[in-house]
Amino acid sequence: MSSNYIIEMNHISKHFGGVKALKDVQLNVARGEIHALIGENGAGKSTLMKILAGAYTKDEGTILIDGKEATVSTPKAMIDMGVSVIYQEFMLAPDLTVAENIFIDKLSHSSLFINWKDLKKRAKNQLEKIGFGHIDPNTKVGTLSVAYQQIVEICKCLAKDSKVLVFDEPTAVLTHSETEKLLKLIKKLKDDGVTIVYISHRLEELFKISDKITVLKDGDYVSTVKTNEISKEQLVTMMVGREIEQLFPDRKAVFGEEMLQVNNLHTKDVENVSFHLRKGEVLGFSGLVGSGRTETMRAIFGVDRKQSGDVIYCGEKVSIKNPKAAIKLGFGFLPEDRKKQGLLLEQSIRINTTLVSLKKNGYINHANEKTFVQSLLAQIATKYGSTEDNVNSLSGGNQQKVALAKWLAIDCKLVILDEPTRGVDVGAKTEIYKIINRLAENGIGVIIISSEMSEIIGMCDRAIVMREGVVTGELSKNELTENNLIKLAMGV
Amino acid sequence: MLAASKKFNLKEFVINNNTFIILVLLVIVSSILSDNFLTTMNLRNIALQQAGPILVAIGLLYVILAGGIDLSVGSVMAVGATLSAILITDIGLHFTTAIGLTVVVGMLFGLFTGVLVAYTGIQGFVASLATMTIARGVAFVITDGRPVKVESGTLDLLVSKDLFFPIIIITVALIILFASIQKYTGYGRKVVAIGSNETAVQLAGVRTKQYIMSTYALSASLAALAGVFIAARSSTGSATVGTGQELDAIAAVVIGGASLMGGRGFVLNTVAGALILGLIGNIMNLMAVPSYPQDIIKGVIIIAAVLLQIATSKKERTI
Ligand SMILES: Nc1ncnc2c1ncn2[C@@H]1O[C@H](COP(=O)(O)OP(=O)(O)OP(=O)(O)O)[C@@H](O)[C@H]1O
Ligand SMILES: [Mg+2]
Repeated sequence: MSSNYIIEMNHISKHFGGVKALKDVQLNVARGEIHALIGENGAGKSTLMKILAGAYTKDEGTILIDGKEATVSTPKAMIDMGVSVIYQEFMLAPDLTVAENIFIDKLSHSSLFINWKDLKKRAKNQLEKIGFGHIDPNTKVGTLSVAYQQIVEICKCLAKDSKVLVFDEPTAVLTHSETEKLLKLIKKLKDDGVTIVYISHRLEELFKISDKITVLKDGDYVSTVKTNEISKEQLVTMMVGREIEQLFPDRKAVFGEEMLQVNNLHTKDVENVSFHLRKGEVLGFSGLVGSGRTETMRAIFGVDRKQSGDVIYCGEKVSIKNPKAAIKLGFGFLPEDRKKQGLLLEQSIRINTTLVSLKKNGYINHANEKTFVQSLLAQIATKYGSTEDNVNSLSGGNQQKVALAKWLAIDCKLVILDEPTRGVDVGAKTEIYKIINRLAENGIGVIIISSEMSEIIGMCDRAIVMREGVVTGELSKNELTENNLIKLAMGV
Repeated sequence: MLAASKKFNLKEFVINNNTFIILVLLVIVSSILSDNFLTTMNLRNIALQQAGPILVAIGLLYVILAGGIDLSVGSVMAVGATLSAILITDIGLHFTTAIGLTVVVGMLFGLFTGVLVAYTGIQGFVASLATMTIARGVAFVITDGRPVKVESGTLDLLVSKDLFFPIIIITVALIILFASIQKYTGYGRKVVAIGSNETAVQLAGVRTKQYIMSTYALSASLAALAGVFIAARSSTGSATVGTGQELDAIAAVVIGGASLMGGRGFVLNTVAGALILGLIGNIMNLMAVPSYPQDIIKGVIIIAAVLLQIATSKKERTI
C-alpha cells in the first residue's frame, strides 16, 4: 500500500504500423476514485485501455498496478492483478445462462462436476450485491436487454475480485433511464471501494460522476484535472483544441412539398404507425430502445416485412420489397449497429465507402475510386491513415463517419439515420450535424432516430415519440422539451 | 498522426506473400532432392496434372469468399469426365459442343446447391454434401459404372503438344480472368463483401442471395471443366474421377491464406496453394515414396503450411 495510486501508467507509447496511436501518455488513477478519460475520436483512449487490459502490448512505458509493476501483459495476467475492462462489445456467451456467464472461469469450486444450485446461489448473491437481484440467474444472456447484459458483464468482473473496472463508452447503447441507473451503480461501486476508469463522449455524465478527468488529444497526453475545478467549455477546448461555439449549428432549410407519407403501418413489431415528412424537413423519432423506431424504419426500407399499411412516396403508393428497391427510389439508411449492420470490418475503408455507390458488376477503376473516397471523407473530416487500411483500425467515431459516407456517395432524396452520432466525439458530432443540415438545405428529407434527447431537441423540426410499437405522440418544434419527450416515451 | 513510411519493409513483404514464398522454397527444396524435378518434362507434367485441381480450387475459393463451402466439386468433376466422354463417344457430338454442354450441366448441379443454400436456408455444408452424393451417383448411372473410352482426335487435342497444350493455355487464361474478376469488378467485390458481412451488404442494396447462388454455379462449372481435363489426359471418362478432390481444394484455399469464414483470400494465392499441394505429390513420386505413406506426409505438410501461414500473418490481438 505504498502509493496513493492504484494505476500508474507512465510514458506509454504505441504505434500501429506507421501510425502513432499514443505518444508518452500517462494515466494516474488514485485508489477509489472515478477517473474519466476523454478525447476526440481516435485520441487513443481505447488503445490505452487495451494496453491496460493486456490486450495490446505497449511499445514503451511502465504500468504499475497497486505499486507493483506489470511485467507480463496478457489479459489473464492483468485480470489477476485486479484490472477488468468492460468493452462496448460484451464478451458474453449468449446461449449460456446469466449464472454460467458470471462464473465462466470458475464454474465449480473444487470437484469435476458443477454444483448448479451453488452456482445459482453465488450468481444471485453477486447480482444482489449491486442491487440487481431481480435478474434471474437462469435466463439466457442472449435474451436480456443490452443494459442487463452490461450488468451481467459487471458482475462477471466483480466475481473476479477486480479492484479496477474500466468502462469504455458504456452508455452509448443505453437509453436515458438506463444510463441513470448505470451511473447510480457506478457510484455505488465506488462507495464499495472499487476504482473506476470511465470513457464517454457525453460530458454531462462525467460531470455527474467523475472525480478527475484525463484528457488525450491525437495520441498525446493533455492534462489531468479535478472535475469540480473545470467548466464544460474549458474541457471541450482542451479536447478539441479550439472552441465550439455551437453544438447544433443553424439550419436554413425551407420545407418543400410532402415527400413521404406512411399510413397505418403494421409489422410483427409495430402497430398502426402513421406519419409524414416534407422535403427539407428533419424529423426525429424518440423513445426507449425497443419502442419500435428502428423496426418502423426497417419496414419502410424493405428489410422487415410489412403486414399492412401504405407507404406513399412523392404522391405515389410504392411497394418496397427489399433495400435494393428502396435505394432505387432514393432512400438511404444508416443502421444503428455499425459493426453488425453497417460496416465490413475486415475490408478497406475504400471498399466500405463505395459499397452503396457500387451499382454495377463490371470493371472498377481503383485509382478513381481512391480519389473519390478521399474527397468524400475529407468533406466530413474523417481521420484515417490510408484508404486501403481496414475499417476496424479506425477509432469508433471515424468508423461511424465511414458508415455515413457511403450514403453520401449516392444521390439520396430521403435519408434515415439510426443513432447517427453514437460513439462520436463533440467536434465530430457538430460535423455530422452540419452534414445533416446540408442535406436538409438541399431539399432532402431526413429522419433521425436518436436516444439522446438533446439531439432530438437540437436537430429536429418535429419529433414522433414511440412506445412499445405504437406512436404515442408528435411534438412540433416549440413543444420539443425533455419533459414532453419523457412523458410520451414512458407513457405517463 | 504520422503517415506510414513507404520504404521497403521485409516483414510486411513476407506477410503479404507468404504463400508464394512457401511455393518458391518448395521448388528449391524439390530441385535439390531430385535431379528430375527441374526438367521440362516434369514441369509440363505438373502443369497438366494441376490444371484441373487449380480450377476446382478457384471455384471453391469464390464460394468460400462469399462465406459458403462446396463439398460437391469432386463429384461434379466425375460428372464432367463421364458426361463429356459419353457425349462424344456415344452421342457423337463434336468435342467442343460436348465440352460446352458438360459445363452447363455442371453449372446446373451448382445452381441446385446454390438455390438450396440461398433460398431454403440449408447450410452450404449440408446442401453440397447432398449434391456430392447425387452427382457421384449420376456419374455412375450414366456410365453403368464402366469407364468410357474417348475417341482420339477429340478431347486428346486438349493435351496435344502440337497445339501448345490447350489445357495449360485455358487454365492460365482462366486464372487471369478470375483473379481480375475478384480484384477489378463489382461482382468480385460484392462476393468478398458478402463473406465479410452479409447484413451490411444487404442493407447497401445488394440482392446477396443471387450472388451466393452464383458462386456455387461458378464453382460447379469449373469443377465440370476440370473433369473434362482429366478425361482428356487419360482418354477415358470414369465415374471415380475426383474422389477426395474437395478436400485437396479446401486445403489449397486454406494454404493460400483464405479464411473459411469468408471475406478473405485471393485467386493467385489459392493457385499457389494448389501448386504447393501438387508439388508435394510430385516430389514424393519422383523419390518413389509409396502411395500410403504419401498421404500421411501430405497431411503433415498441409498442417505445416497452414501453421506457417498463420505464424507469418499474425496480427495484433484484437478484442
Ligand atoms: N488495431 C489497430 N490497427 C491499426 N490502427 C489502430 C488499431 N487500433 C487503433 N488504431 C489507431 O489508433 C488510434 C487511436 O484509436 P482508439 O481506438 O484508441 O481511439 P479512441 O480514443 O478510443 O476513439 P473513439 O472515441 O472514436 O473510440 C486511431 O488513429 C486508430 O486508427
Ligand atoms: Mg474507443
